[in-house]
Amino acid sequence: MNSSSEAEPVLLVNRREAIRRLSAVLGGLAFAGESGVLAALEKSGLLSTGGYGEFTAADIAFLDEIAETILPATKTPGAKAAKTGAFMAVMVTDSYAPAEQRIFRDGMRTVDEAMRQANHHSYMAATPPQRLALLTTLDQEQKRVMDSRLAEDRERFAAGVAREPAHYFRMMKELALLGYFTSEVGCTQAMRYIETPGRFDPCIAYTPGEPAWAAHA
Amino acid sequence: MKSTSYDAIVVGSGISGGWAAKELAEKGLRVLLLERGRNVEHIKDYVNATKAPWEYLHRGGRTIAMEEAYQVLKRDLLNEKNLAFWVNEKESPYTEVKRFDWYRGYQVGGRSLIWGRQSYRWSDFDFGANAKEGVAVDWPIRYEELAPWYDHVEKHAGISGARDGLPQLPDGQFQAAMPLNCGEELIAGRLKKSFDGRRHIIIGRTANATQALEGRAPCQYRNACWLGCPFGAYFSTQSSTLPAAAKTGRLTLKPWSIVTEVLLDKNRKRATGVRVLDAVSEQWTDYTAKVVFLCASTLNSTWLLLRSATDVWPGGLGSSSGELGHNLMDHHFRCGAEGNIAGLDDKYYYGRRPTGIYIPRYRNLFGDKREYLRGFGYQGAASREGWSRAVKELGIGAAFKDAAAEPGPWKFGATAFGEMLPNHANSVGIDATKQDKWGLPVLKIDCATGENERLMRKDMIADMAEMLEQTGAKSVESFDNGSFPGMAIHEMGTARMGRDPKTSVLNAHNQVWDAPNVFVTDGACMTSSACQNPSLTYMAITARAADFAVNELNRRNL
Repeated sequence: MNSSSEAEPVLLVNRREAIRRLSAVLGGLAFAGESGVLAALEKSGLLSTGGYGEFTAADIAFLDEIAETILPATKTPGAKAAKTGAFMAVMVTDSYAPAEQRIFRDGMRTVDEAMRQANHHSYMAATPPQRLALLTTLDQEQKRVMDSRLAEDRERFAAGVAREPAHYFRMMKELALLGYFTSEVGCTQAMRYIETPGRFDPCIAYTPGEPAWAAHA
Repeated sequence: MKSTSYDAIVVGSGISGGWAAKELAEKGLRVLLLERGRNVEHIKDYVNATKAPWEYLHRGGRTIAMEEAYQVLKRDLLNEKNLAFWVNEKESPYTEVKRFDWYRGYQVGGRSLIWGRQSYRWSDFDFGANAKEGVAVDWPIRYEELAPWYDHVEKHAGISGARDGLPQLPDGQFQAAMPLNCGEELIAGRLKKSFDGRRHIIIGRTANATQALEGRAPCQYRNACWLGCPFGAYFSTQSSTLPAAAKTGRLTLKPWSIVTEVLLDKNRKRATGVRVLDAVSEQWTDYTAKVVFLCASTLNSTWLLLRSATDVWPGGLGSSSGELGHNLMDHHFRCGAEGNIAGLDDKYYYGRRPTGIYIPRYRNLFGDKREYLRGFGYQGAASREGWSRAVKELGIGAAFKDAAAEPGPWKFGATAFGEMLPNHANSVGIDATKQDKWGLPVLKIDCATGENERLMRKDMIADMAEMLEQTGAKSVESFDNGSFPGMAIHEMGTARMGRDPKTSVLNAHNQVWDAPNVFVTDGACMTSSACQNPSLTYMAITARAADFAVNELNRRNL
């Protein structure tokens, strides 16, 4: 997330509207003046409105680079080629509850801050090995946190009660995987997509390295 | 009010209503088929059937807006892909005295478009259980009476399955079975050698044709049935019964027709027809007929009875027994076990088979005796895990990605479907304080599972884990995801069949005791729930009742 202040919001509302919404979510008390908030955000170099709201083009570029680090181009195209960042933004905006959105957006800042602490530059300015090193640490952290909650999550699910929001990096990883492996690139290049198989063979030979069949429905 | 006359009126166009319309029209009656929802034209209206996963904005998932609009569906089945086949919950609310998940499909074809298609005969272990154990009332029919009608409906519907020779799950008129995959074959073979050979893994018998039928191609192994099939390969009203009924030239189908009551001739104690509210124009029309078939789905058929002839019986048509609206049942499920299968890493499969495996009931049969009554079956499958396994795995980067794109370990998992005993206290009634979009009072549902189900559930969880351990599966884990009545979408009862008008709503031919030209042949008629999926039995009962109705009309008995 660099400081390009020309970044345009990609979704329907502008940044001002996004801040108004955030303000509404926080009970209308959070901000004394919108322009001051904008200035503060721009000064911080974080174009994301934080917490809750719409995603900017810079946010999506940032999410693309998160997803690409998780699922890089190898013998098949990576997450960026599958426009995974834009998909993540859509899902967080449309499908995450406000509390989860805040965790996700705060998580974006946390990632960037962690990179700045470690390497004195932003995540976007970091090299692929620096990104991989940082996200590997965050992956271990989320795994530890999420595994410690497994029993409780199971009980809540059985009781029909909503689970605690996930660790932010679990959210990012899950959305990156979902976005990539349900994309056209993921289905048809990383995996094998056959819309109408026409027959069922119950047992065929399999050699390691062969991709899985992509689902249809 | 306009008035229009037919020989027979069928209320509801789902699995049961489609069969009633077909059978009655083929036997020469002029049939009016009424459906409260929109029309869905075969193939043409399956708008998502050939859409690729990446063509959905949310890739098939759900949004906050969807969850807000679908407060019930979101508890389990809400998704972006076939949302158009589920009821608009804001327009058609209901009242839950206790949590009851009522999943409805208000359109031509009803839930036949989105059903799970598992098709099993019931046996006399099921039809005879109430009498044997002194539970509720006896079914007025036995397997022998229904067997020819199972034959009849299976041939037309196209049920694929193997002839397994099990008395608790009678064989039928099956098309060629879909095969078990290699993981299932392995576990099935080992299970045969355990538990004295009393437990069996068979291929799930399913209403997916493996051979062409009139106007229908065989299954193309897309496993996208719930979007509507462009090949007509699975049984639905649209693919199977509606074209057969239409072919007679005697069928009139009217969508957007909400039947609000059955009209009764008080002196003759016979229905004269039904009153219909047009869902779009909100105009009222009375239709007359010699016989009325209620196939509006279990709870909606009962809603209709509760609202009819209240000037004669304050509790509604069929309420003289005191049992109308009572004895609501479903199956309890969402528990079982799963484990890994070792030794098949060099094996895979091709194509997406639209059925899994079935383990027929073995509890409280053939000398087995448990601390609860009845039993359960399992539905499951073996498969290689997909990319989603990677969400929980540690790792990011190149090797992680390429591994996630390959098929994962073989897994075998199964969930139990348990019988729920009939209980007078599990009931539905009219909630006069709440109205739907059309100003009609809604249904209130008061239903819960009891002690028998609680005890059975322990076995449902432990048995599957034990079977997996015994057949060499690794990392076996049992699960219980919790089950609330309604979730299995096998709601049954509330207008049960019986032998005595004092204790049942319907007789052995599905006639309302109090008005014998009114037939109820959907799930409302069920006297017990067995543990098998019920739809095939609705088909057979409906075809049998239609045959009886036409014979009675010809004898001038109705």
